[in-house]
Amino acid sequence: MSTVNHIAPSEAILACQGLSKHFGGIRAFTDVGFQARRGEVTAVIGDNGAGKSTLIRCLVGVHVPDGGTIYFDGRQHPFSNPDEARKSGIETVHQNLALIDELTVAQNLFLNREIVRRIGPFALLDRKAMKEQARAMLSRLSINVPSVTQRVRRLSGGQRQAISICRAAGSGAKLVVMDEPTAALGVQETANVEALIRKLREQGVSVILISHNFDQVRRLSDQIWVMRAGKMVATVRSSETTGNELVAMVTGAA
Amino acid sequence: MSVPADNAPASRQAGVHEESRPSLAALLIDPSFWADWASVVGLVGLVILFGVTSPVFLTVANMQAMLLAAAILVVLSIGQTFVVATSGIDLSLAASVMLGAVILGLGNAAGLGIFAACVLAVLATSAIGLMNGVLITAGRIPDFVVTLGTLSGITGLGLILSGGEPTMVGSTFLLKLASGYLGPFGYPVWVAIAAVLVAHVALYHTRFGVHLLATGGQAESASALGIRTNRVKIAAYTISGFCAGIASILLVARIGSAEPQINTSLLLNSVAAVVLGSVSLFGGRASILGPAIGALMLTALVNGLTLLSVSAFYQPLAVGVIVVLAALIMRYQK
Repeated sequence: MSTVNHIAPSEAILACQGLSKHFGGIRAFTDVGFQARRGEVTAVIGDNGAGKSTLIRCLVGVHVPDGGTIYFDGRQHPFSNPDEARKSGIETVHQNLALIDELTVAQNLFLNREIVRRIGPFALLDRKAMKEQARAMLSRLSINVPSVTQRVRRLSGGQRQAISICRAAGSGAKLVVMDEPTAALGVQETANVEALIRKLREQGVSVILISHNFDQVRRLSDQIWVMRAGKMVATVRSSETTGNELVAMVTGAA
Repeated sequence: MSVPADNAPASRQAGVHEESRPSLAALLIDPSFWADWASVVGLVGLVILFGVTSPVFLTVANMQAMLLAAAILVVLSIGQTFVVATSGIDLSLAASVMLGAVILGLGNAAGLGIFAACVLAVLATSAIGLMNGVLITAGRIPDFVVTLGTLSGITGLGLILSGGEPTMVGSTFLLKLASGYLGPFGYPVWVAIAAVLVAHVALYHTRFGVHLLATGGQAESASALGIRTNRVKIAAYTISGFCAGIASILLVARIGSAEPQINTSLLLNSVAAVVLGSVSLFGGRASILGPAIGALMLTALVNGLTLLSVSAFYQPLAVGVIVVLAALIMRYQK
């Protein structure tokens, strides 16, 4: 086990130790240690079935791990559901579960955190405020959409992904977790989303990125963690590794 | 638009004019325009058709009678809209109206004040809606199976409770409700207008409304964002039941008695009004005005055919043709 524990806990926004998860008799991962530094983009790579997605789901409260401890923002913090994680400041950009097609851009950005005006006992939506803030959120991340009152259905894949990321970041999240954010996108759209991720880091948001694309991981991330067959097998600084080395670590050829 | 934005006001107006004119022409050949406005276009078309062919149709008296007749269906269509917006369907709606009416009649006959009997009826139908919602979400049973079962169950319950006999409800309150006028409209029409307004605000201006549409659109995504989609669905079915209760009061007021006979055309027409109102049957997309106008249109259709002395046997056929046509046009919705 070559997991390195050289990061002081206070530097880590999210960390875990000895984490395990089984589904019935099937072992997703065992004894995993992992840390994501504050203000950095941390990548998790690995082959299909290596356990990356399950690990991330345990970290953000979708699954409850069987054993081990999770620290978030310096405190031991096991989340029992994604809502708790969200309230503590972890937003997840899901691969498929992203936006509601029939709602507008602004409605999607404020879904389940709508701004309301109180009128007596009633709480009515403040649509004007939401539209204005939606425009501000989008322009802060230089995201181009025709109009915040447009239905999401009519936007391109890249625009949709940008809006999902904007929503995650816009809630004042300390950590944004992204699962294959560019998996279904074209070249130009991928470049736009990558620029968006860099922008998030510039604004001090920590990011955990799951990706299959080793070039992308080296371009975007500061630290790379490698999983293989349910174990965390290595971690390297992105600046100190090569594509070939990553391939070797993922496949176990090294 | 080639006109620069910082021009003098006069030329800017010209620019706006230039921009809006082709869009109107484009609008008229765009099928999605007709899909979005199906109920309005249909209503206007029917009013013109019957206005030309029947001298009575456009009289004030007939219009008032038509609105009175439409009030019950408008209220029911609103209930159905909330359920359909969650991509569900409430087949027990008309049966709930019947059970509500029976409970109102029996409660009143057993010595309850008319007001208490009305409240009891609304509570009962709301409870049926709540039960539908719980069975569909917690029981994980498809909506049409649950509400079909409820349809049968409460139809039977109504027959058992009433012994299959109608109960006369002689109440001055209900008589006034049915025949009183405030301004140009009868009280039932005002009840329907109030229901439209409240439902419109609930759908478009509250968090519940957005969550309802999100649940109907993509339930999994909505729940990934922490929306309690099951609760939203249960609320929608309860609203549907509540509307059935209001409709049952209007129905008893209108006919003066509580009939245990189920009025099947009310159920079909409530779904038809929702379809005509360009509410997506797949959920996630809804309006309140659309179904309300759809309900008006269906009532106008029946009213006009009756005025033209077309046999009542042709009415279901006409409704069926129009609804299927509307559903066809709906495919072109943006």
